[in-house]
Amino acid sequence: MSLANVASPLTPPKVGLRLQKQFSWVRAREAGVRAVLVSCASLSLITTLAIVYMFFTEAVYAVAPGSTAFFQDVSLWDFLTDTEWSPQFADKHFGILPLLCGTFVIAGIGSLIGLPIGLAAAIYLSEYAKPRFRRAMKPVLEVLAGIPSVVYGYFALVFVTPYVLRPIFQSLLHIDVDIFNAMSAGVVLGVMIIPTVCSLSEDALRAVPRGLREAGYALGSTKYDVSLKVVVPAALSGIVASFLLAISRAIGETMAVSIAAGQMPRLSLNPFRSMETMTAYIVNISLGDTPAGTIEYKSLYAVGFTLFLITLGMNVLAQRVMKRFREVYE
Amino acid sequence: MSAPAKLQEPELARRHRIGKVFEWLCCGSTWFGLVVLAVLLVSVLWQALTWPAPKVKPGASGPTVAKAEDSAIPLSKQFFTNYDSRHPRRAGILAPIWGSLWLIGLVALLSVPIGVGSAIYLEEYANEGHFKRLIQINLSNLAGVPSVVYGILGLTAFVRMFGLFGKGGKTLVLNLGFTTLDVPLPFERSLIAGALTLALLVLPTVIVAAQEALRAVPSSIRIASYALGATQWQTIRHQVLPAAMPGIMTGVILALSRAMGEAAPLMMIGALTFIAYCPGEITNVGDIFRNPHGLVDAPFDKFTALPLQVYNWINRPQADYQHVAAAGIVVLLTILLLMNTAAIVIRHKFQKSTRW
Amino acid sequence: MTIMQSFNELVHQRQQRESAKRIRPVETEVTKLDVRNLNFFYGEKQALFDVSMTVAERAVTAFIGPSGCGKSTFLRALNRMNDIIEGAHHNGTVLLEGQEIYAPDVDVVALRKRVGMVFQKSTPFPKSIFDNVAYGPKIAGQRNYKTLSEIVEQSLKRAALWDEVKDRLQDSALALSGGQQQRLCIARALATNPDVILMDEPASALDPASTARIEDLIFELKQNYTIVIVTHNMQQAARISDWTAFFYQGYLIEKDHTQKLFTTPKKKQTEDYITGRFG
Repeated sequence: MSLANVASPLTPPKVGLRLQKQFSWVRAREAGVRAVLVSCASLSLITTLAIVYMFFTEAVYAVAPGSTAFFQDVSLWDFLTDTEWSPQFADKHFGILPLLCGTFVIAGIGSLIGLPIGLAAAIYLSEYAKPRFRRAMKPVLEVLAGIPSVVYGYFALVFVTPYVLRPIFQSLLHIDVDIFNAMSAGVVLGVMIIPTVCSLSEDALRAVPRGLREAGYALGSTKYDVSLKVVVPAALSGIVASFLLAISRAIGETMAVSIAAGQMPRLSLNPFRSMETMTAYIVNISLGDTPAGTIEYKSLYAVGFTLFLITLGMNVLAQRVMKRFREVYE
Repeated sequence: MSAPAKLQEPELARRHRIGKVFEWLCCGSTWFGLVVLAVLLVSVLWQALTWPAPKVKPGASGPTVAKAEDSAIPLSKQFFTNYDSRHPRRAGILAPIWGSLWLIGLVALLSVPIGVGSAIYLEEYANEGHFKRLIQINLSNLAGVPSVVYGILGLTAFVRMFGLFGKGGKTLVLNLGFTTLDVPLPFERSLIAGALTLALLVLPTVIVAAQEALRAVPSSIRIASYALGATQWQTIRHQVLPAAMPGIMTGVILALSRAMGEAAPLMMIGALTFIAYCPGEITNVGDIFRNPHGLVDAPFDKFTALPLQVYNWINRPQADYQHVAAAGIVVLLTILLLMNTAAIVIRHKFQKSTRW
Repeated sequence: MTIMQSFNELVHQRQQRESAKRIRPVETEVTKLDVRNLNFFYGEKQALFDVSMTVAERAVTAFIGPSGCGKSTFLRALNRMNDIIEGAHHNGTVLLEGQEIYAPDVDVVALRKRVGMVFQKSTPFPKSIFDNVAYGPKIAGQRNYKTLSEIVEQSLKRAALWDEVKDRLQDSALALSGGQQQRLCIARALATNPDVILMDEPASALDPASTARIEDLIFELKQNYTIVIVTHNMQQAARISDWTAFFYQGYLIEKDHTQKLFTTPKKKQTEDYITGRFG
């Protein structure tokens, strides 16, 4: 019984148990901490609300008295059908089509390059590569994803156009290549989305259960058959989601395209000419000292809103597809 | 029985050939990224380091042109101590380096507590319900919003503050005891407006990374702590957060390195101007002690940042600036590489030292 | 009836050990915990059906039964550990010294300080041995280093771990062996100064030597603490407990003095279980 020493701080106090809640700083702190954390988490909601409020008041319907929003000055019909975008000229036109065209031509070139290469790399890493190679390659992809887009723009301008595109297209095929051109922007965009496609697709491929692969081999399939005809179809919705996210990223990409593709709104499909994307227009209008309240300034919000809606739509679609994929395998 | 087997053999060989070709294609695609990365780095380094010495124009008035600093090459000492200049050979990156450091520091100060706080709420407190689902969906949508849209938000909400303060704006004078602080309202094109914009931009990334790190902490630790009579916050503060810290740090560093390289949102808030001073007039570490007041002034100063300065140089018509831009990119990439390495090292140590 | 005889022998050995150590007889018990008509649900699924039981102070009460019988759920209901599980709810009353622990004005943190718990898998925090044991007092507001080290020493001594770790208190707790980790968890629970210690199969993941040490420890601890232990091992229950309760499919089938339950069970199901006819 030596342990039950009376002086010991461990001896249970023989007062009645008090389990009732009582005020204490510990309890007050719990409530305070919780309130602080809830407000932290709500900030992301406020951000979204602020974005929506901003676009609504500047582009759709002005709340401040005496001011008008973009679509109160320019009709939505003109915005969507006019084939000219010339907000800085005396004869102003606000047709989004040339900007959309530039955006989709460049994003399209980027997708044609980045999606297949990214997927093939994902298949290699998940089906063929030895674990050591995988472990070595993953950081390389992370570094590739971490390079700022200004650097990619520089790369397009000083390397891709003069040393890749011009020798091939101008010298060999006699097609004029502008210094600023959609092709070089598309090429670097393709490189930029490879990490996104590769890592998301690889996750999808690796989530396919082993049993499915083994069943394929048991039927006399080669590794090629199993990879392309069993695993890829099984992971298809995950792959599609990675594609959608990558394309959405390509559409929203700003610096690389505004450096490499130039600032010439043009409704054309020729990728060797200068083009302007929605994002490039947005940064360029903010460079000049356009006073707030002018129609050029408000056009910023109209274009930004269009860009926001397009990327949001693609993201929501990607999440839907991804959710379906998860429901199958998780 | 041998006849059909023979018939199948060429077919099987063909299938194996296709398989081999496919494997090579996939392998090539994997290497493609590495090759592009190598070409990119080599071409940038090449541009930065091979800048031919200036030709002395015959007949130009000799002594003024041939000053020592005019023959400086990029990445020399002057490059780090000079401000931007209209002469390519005198251009330096002092202002953007301090601007980027300030920016990253402020972004970290703003986004880490809020991001980790949100993650703690979502992982430890929130019940599976509508509110949590709403925030979670909202987060994944915010992560997909293009950075230039955050720039528009920054321009509207921080630079102009929705026009709430009228044409000229107001100045809020705060008395901090040891010094007074003039806060311009709206923030105009100041460092704090840029930092707030970038903080909103990286917040979803920080939250998701912190959530993953918290989720990796085994629940047995939490239950054991509760069983000892710890409250929820005590459990998080003393057990869960320390255990999740390496994972959170890794995510935070990666998010900050993204903010470091972002130019578009900063261009939107109008930080792309000729800046020949550092925020708070702090140009070296010693200045902080000589002029502590600069520390509180700096967030409200105009600024420039590394990727912006690089963009600025790329866009100049003189060909010489391409070399200066390349030198700026080398500095930017070196800093980013160091941050990435730090993140990888922390993750590695974390994986080794814990065994749940 | 050889099985029952062997149980009888185990109980007898224990009683001899008790009298050798002059541990007071178990018959003079005071009720510590009083559970009345407890029904427990995980969402739709009912895990406990109308369980009523008393737990005697300063004695060891063992819960036995096949896995999934509800014995762990019942144990966790005693310090509201089930609160953490989403969708868990209950009706009925659980009284600790006459106080309803599920009453709305009860502070669950205060409850858990009085009713400590040790888990099946040892769960040392990734900290030093000292910090593990000092954790409970520290969060309860104890800042004095001298008092803390005193508590750590006392607790480790009571958990029979002091001699093994006294020279390396600052080492990581993760470096200890499995059996030492489990005793560390017991020491950690003792340091918060509880009245009741709940143990959820504390020795099931340990080797026989470590198990024996834990059993000795439980034997010592019952002089000061009320101990409730869940075990899948009937021999263990017979070796260490004064009372044994048998659970089956969410029902409390029978609770009695350990010797009586193992030698002359009243219910057929109990007899079937302890003689190995099912389970």
